Amino acid sequence: MLHLVLFLVFGAICVAGAINLLAQSHPISSALSLVVVMASLAVEYLLLGAEFVAAVQVIVYAGAVMVLFVFVIMLLNAGAEERTKGSHVALALGVPGVLAGGLLVAWTLLKRSDTGTVALGSLHGDPKTIASFLFHEFLLPFEITSILVLIAIMGAVVLASRPDLKPPAGKES
Amino acid sequence: MTSSLHLWLIPILPLIGAAVNGFFGKRFSRRTVAAVALTFCGAAFVKALVVAAQFSSLELPHTEFLAHWIRSGDFLVNFEFYLDQLTLVMLLVVTGVGFLIHIYSVGYMWEEGGFYRFFSYLNLFMFFMLTLVLAGNYLQMFIGWEGVGLASYLLIGFYFTRDSAANAGKKAFIVNRIGDFGFLIALFLMIKHWGSLNFGEVFVAAAKLPVETAGFGLLTSIGLLLMVGAAGKSAQIPLYVWLPDAMEGPTPVSALIHAATMVTAGVYMVARSHVIFDLAPNALTVVAIVGTLTALFAATIGIAQTDIKKVLAYSTVSQLGYMFLGCGVAAYSAGIFHLMTHAFFKGLLFLAAGSVIHAIGGEQDMRKMGGLRQYIPWTFLTMTIATFAIAGFWPLAGFFSKDEILWQAFSSKHGSWVFWLIGVVTAFITSFYMFRLWFMTFFGDYRGSEADNHGHSAHDEHGHGHGTPHESPMVMLAPLAILAVLSFVGGWVNIGGRFEHFLAPVFHNPAMEAASEATEAGNHGTEHLLMAISLAAAALGLYFAYLLYLKRRDLPQKIADALGGFYQAVVHKYYVDEIYATLFVKPLVDGSTRILWHGVDQGVIDAAVNDTADGARHVSDAARHMQSGNLRSYAGWVAAGGALIIAYMIWMGIR
Amino acid sequence: MVPVSYYLVLSGILFACGVVGFLIKRNIITIFMSIELMLNGVNLSFVAFAAHLQKFSGQVFVFFVMVVAAAEAAVGLAIIIAVFRTRETLNVDQVNLLKL
Repeated sequence: MLHLVLFLVFGAICVAGAINLLAQSHPISSALSLVVVMASLAVEYLLLGAEFVAAVQVIVYAGAVMVLFVFVIMLLNAGAEERTKGSHVALALGVPGVLAGGLLVAWTLLKRSDTGTVALGSLHGDPKTIASFLFHEFLLPFEITSILVLIAIMGAVVLASRPDLKPPAGKES
Repeated sequence: MTSSLHLWLIPILPLIGAAVNGFFGKRFSRRTVAAVALTFCGAAFVKALVVAAQFSSLELPHTEFLAHWIRSGDFLVNFEFYLDQLTLVMLLVVTGVGFLIHIYSVGYMWEEGGFYRFFSYLNLFMFFMLTLVLAGNYLQMFIGWEGVGLASYLLIGFYFTRDSAANAGKKAFIVNRIGDFGFLIALFLMIKHWGSLNFGEVFVAAAKLPVETAGFGLLTSIGLLLMVGAAGKSAQIPLYVWLPDAMEGPTPVSALIHAATMVTAGVYMVARSHVIFDLAPNALTVVAIVGTLTALFAATIGIAQTDIKKVLAYSTVSQLGYMFLGCGVAAYSAGIFHLMTHAFFKGLLFLAAGSVIHAIGGEQDMRKMGGLRQYIPWTFLTMTIATFAIAGFWPLAGFFSKDEILWQAFSSKHGSWVFWLIGVVTAFITSFYMFRLWFMTFFGDYRGSEADNHGHSAHDEHGHGHGTPHESPMVMLAPLAILAVLSFVGGWVNIGGRFEHFLAPVFHNPAMEAASEATEAGNHGTEHLLMAISLAAAALGLYFAYLLYLKRRDLPQKIADALGGFYQAVVHKYYVDEIYATLFVKPLVDGSTRILWHGVDQGVIDAAVNDTADGARHVSDAARHMQSGNLRSYAGWVAAGGALIIAYMIWMGIR
Repeated sequence: MVPVSYYLVLSGILFACGVVGFLIKRNIITIFMSIELMLNGVNLSFVAFAAHLQKFSGQVFVFFVMVVAAAEAAVGLAIIIAVFRTRETLNVDQVNLLKL
């Protein structure tokens, strides 16, 4: 019972944040709504028993990735969105398609599947267990992702660097 | 079985000559081209003579099989040759006269452009004509038939840069085509009912059928349709209109094709198919009527023509009418006899006319000639012989052949005195206009001026002025002389009826022969009387021509004025060309333009292609909007597609 | 005792919101944030299944997804900065020519 209530409350916060992200016109507001979504997702993970994942979610996602987003928004001084002529296809085909697809999936899941239930904190995702998995079975993917991160760092540095020819004074942002 | 005579050599030799001259002639000198052409044509003539020499030892009819052609179920057509007396006569005439005309052409065309082309076409014509004559079945004959039409088109339009020549060539071919349509339908009837086109098989099958006296039986239909084809090729009413226009071609062409050989193909075909015609008297009567009417009609037009070649053209049409009259009263050998003598004297007339034209530098209008006999005596002599021959004076060739036809027209079982009477009147008119030509050209004062001789006349073939008229070179005179001799003695082969007896096995028809034997035996007196009447007609024609064109030169104009409108109609050839143009040509051209060109070709075929292309363009024009470069639209497509796939997967999972 | 399907539905809603945001937003940074939202939804469904099937690999995979998402965010934002320097606009509708 407690489980269900907590799930619904934080689920509602999650969805509200997601819809707010769509509804806001200023990117900063959208970024902050996304932070709300991530935080409530962390609580959901806790409800499922994945403690370490929840912690990592808050630290990495909400704490690093979102900060990066906010940095860039401020760097580029992004203002509120203008209304420009967009794509008819996206609005006419895409959105109804997605909504229809989503509804279909939801209906299927709720009505027709026979999956069972999970108990509160059924997954014992403590750091020790996860670490043993990470360094024994998933060692290769782990190493590869570390190289991936390295590459991403280098790529980001290269892409975002200013060209040497243009002096900063002459460039109007 | 007699051994093979290698008859295939006779047509093939000119074909080789045509190919050599056609492909390589441009690089040869004129001498080489002439040598090639004359060698191959002469070789064919020599081979024909060899065949003639061996003739008495052959078993007739002699057939030779060359190769299979069509094998469709039971229907077989082969490349085969057929030799009997009729073929031999035609063969000698075609190769002999053809060879003489080749020699003449070397001189006549020496200064013309396209020398090699001319001889290539001439040899090609010989090939097709010999195929026609030697053919062993109707389909091979048809190849030759069409081929001579093609050669005629090529040669009439030889000066193709001239519009009138090109149009004349087209006219000849198209009018011939109309006749060929009738020929083809006759062939189809033969295939359907008798399953073969081979002469032997067709005639055996036809002979089994009874005589058709009433209505349109099978044989009458075939006969009439064959006559349609013959009318096209041999320029009879109503398909004669191409022959006068064909005078646009060089004069040797007119001599060879439109006097001696091609136009006689129709007569040959009718004579060859005599088995069919003998059993279809109605068809025979139609042949005779057409022949007689054409003879008279063309003769009347010939009176008023002023171009020397046109007079001879209408004369040819008229004489062909005589040949068809002969065949139409079942006197086939008489028709063939006249064919042979006509080849001699008409060929000679055309060649001599060419010599005259050459002498005065390209002028063809007789009103500008006159008194030429002192300038070109040899041409004058040979042309005189030819003129007397065609008028039918004894003892020249024309007398014997024309008289035989007139006698048969009177006395044959299929003949009647009406045919004879019209024939005699036509003989009178023939004599008149031929002597008119003779007097206007060679007697009196020379009416052409020096200035005129700079070659700007309408039918200019030579385009060079010569000052005073001059005689032709020996290479042109020699054939004239040979043909003159033949025109003189050519009729004597039938003295005592030897020629007709020679051809009798071909036209063997027991019933007819019994009847004609009976009539001939008792009617020698009548025959001599009729002979005298036709001689009188010829003499009368000569007298009137003398009167009007030598003695009292003012009379023709007075007569013309007195006759007024009728004379104008005759001068304009009874407006037949204009009538045809209005009745047939103009509606056809208009209909084709509007319906077939604008409607079908542009509206359906072009539109289909163009609209397909336009449609592709429009579709791609619409489709290109998908590639807009807009990120969100791409995402939209992806999302929609993804949703579809998910829905599909769910559906598959639920089932 | 919450049925697994509820978690999955929540995950689906988040994902759908992410896609819709991708489609209707004009600011490129906001579009990136929608992508992050989609990834989060997927993470949730991974963990939910891990709990249901009592296997740990689901959680471990979430790590990898996060790492990749972070890397992708970094590189993507660097690209946005690079494009912004030349185009001077963050409106994705105005960046529809291939040439610079």
